[in-house]
Amino acid sequence: MREKLIEKGLLLVAFSAVATIFLIAFFIFREGVPLVAKVGVWDFIASTRWAPSKGQFGILPMIVGSLEVTILAVVFGAVLGLSCAMFLAEFAPRWSVRILKPMIELLAGIPSVVYGFIGVVVLVPWIRTTFGGPGFSVLASSIILGIMILPTVIAISLDAFHAVPPLYKEGSLALGATRWQTLYRVQLPAARSGIIAALILGMGRAVGETMAVIMVAGNALTMPTSLLQPVRTLTSNIALEMGYASGDHQAALFATGMVLFVIIAVLNTIALVVTRPRT
Amino acid sequence: MPIPFRFAAALACAALLLPLGCGRASKTAITLAGSTSVEPFAELLAEHYMAQHPGIKISVQGGGSSAGVRAVTSRICAIGMSSRELNPEEKALVEIPIAHDAIALIVNARNPVRRLTMAQARDVFTGRVRNWQELGGPNRRITAITREEGSGTRASFDERVMVAGMPKDKDGKTNPAAFAPDVLVQNSNGSVREIVASDPAAIGYISSGLIDERVAAVAIGGVTPTEATIRSGRYPVVRDFLFLSCGEPTGTAKAFIEYVLSDSGQKALAEEGLTRVK
Repeated sequence: MREKLIEKGLLLVAFSAVATIFLIAFFIFREGVPLVAKVGVWDFIASTRWAPSKGQFGILPMIVGSLEVTILAVVFGAVLGLSCAMFLAEFAPRWSVRILKPMIELLAGIPSVVYGFIGVVVLVPWIRTTFGGPGFSVLASSIILGIMILPTVIAISLDAFHAVPPLYKEGSLALGATRWQTLYRVQLPAARSGIIAALILGMGRAVGETMAVIMVAGNALTMPTSLLQPVRTLTSNIALEMGYASGDHQAALFATGMVLFVIIAVLNTIALVVTRPRT
Repeated sequence: MPIPFRFAAALACAALLLPLGCGRASKTAITLAGSTSVEPFAELLAEHYMAQHPGIKISVQGGGSSAGVRAVTSRICAIGMSSRELNPEEKALVEIPIAHDAIALIVNARNPVRRLTMAQARDVFTGRVRNWQELGGPNRRITAITREEGSGTRASFDERVMVAGMPKDKDGKTNPAAFAPDVLVQNSNGSVREIVASDPAAIGYISSGLIDERVAAVAIGGVTPTEATIRSGRYPVVRDFLFLSCGEPTGTAKAFIEYVLSDSGQKALAEEGLTRVK
């Protein structure tokens, strides 16, 4: 009897967590759909002009901006994060793993506003003086985001390396391959699905990040055609303008959230499909 | 858990006081609501006033100018706050200007350009002028910074600078020119100032009270924002911070407004960077 009660209780709590997702989705769509219907789906996602006070609601530059910044961030994150995971999995002496791993996890605990602040004070002026332009740019945002997704990328791809059966490695070494050849030709392909999942989850984090991006992206409404140009992402659009938005403007911000929600749902689904064990 | 409980109790009391504070019932508690630009100054004045008059409770809420107009019209609060001019249909309210707030065009302290005409100021933000050389400065690309759509500061800048030289439409209204798409957007006075302070090629606009030594105000049409030019109305980009009342204010509301317009109230506002109206 008591067992049953606890079981039912846990079920209820678990469902209430999931219910939150549905509630959030419901509210975003309820507020956003009427506006998209009014403006037209195509005009909303494929027009480049955003001026809510004049009734223009085109979010294409922000969709492009979000994707551009995110993909670049994942490139940075992949290069740094995978190298780090490979080193930790195969080459690092035991004592250094004990120091490095907690430090990487600490990276995940730093508030995003701190990343943004360092970006504004150090990275943006550096980009401005080295490469020109305003400094607030696609490049600055993607470097900051690339660093922010490192803990996710490293932790998940490290697990993927550890999950490769030791037999693979031993067999390869026994055949005379070097450690690097073994890692690159045997372990890396075997851990592939885990690594892809790591990158996609990192991507999800990068798409959703707001505060740090607002601070270093410049938030201009231009279509970013160069890495040194300012950019506005979907998340920053919502956070920047929600303060004073009302009426259609507010609905348009909800609709922006809708687009973001769909992008993240797609990314997570891909991650799930990729990591599902093949049967 | 004594602290959260006390906090909750305080909230409950505030909720109870709220309806009492509005209109006629209570003589000792009033509420102000409206513009988030005016809110910090009203809070400061309310603190000063409550320190001098124990037993009186003044609470200040934000919500934006339009919310302030609605709240005072429906008598939810005793005094509304607005940082924009009232629309013709809102003119039934009594307007009490409490301070002038000039919006200054600012450049980096190292930038030699210190004078622009109104048309030049507009062109910098529409993207017609893109290099400081065209304005008599060094050969550098201009980095212009504006505020986010919906901001009151941006609306004032639109109404006074971006409309310059624009043709009237068929209703006789002048629509402001659009900002260039590559103009940077920041959502506070503070971050606009920080960018201008760190980038020698930047230009932005902020409340003149927030100018510090790292940025310099640009003269528009030959007039720099100083107390004299702002008060005389010669400086062109000035907005008034308004208190709004539904009918002539009475009781605590009247006493508080009298304090705000008194020498010590005005002095307190001037110390915070606003310009006195009295």
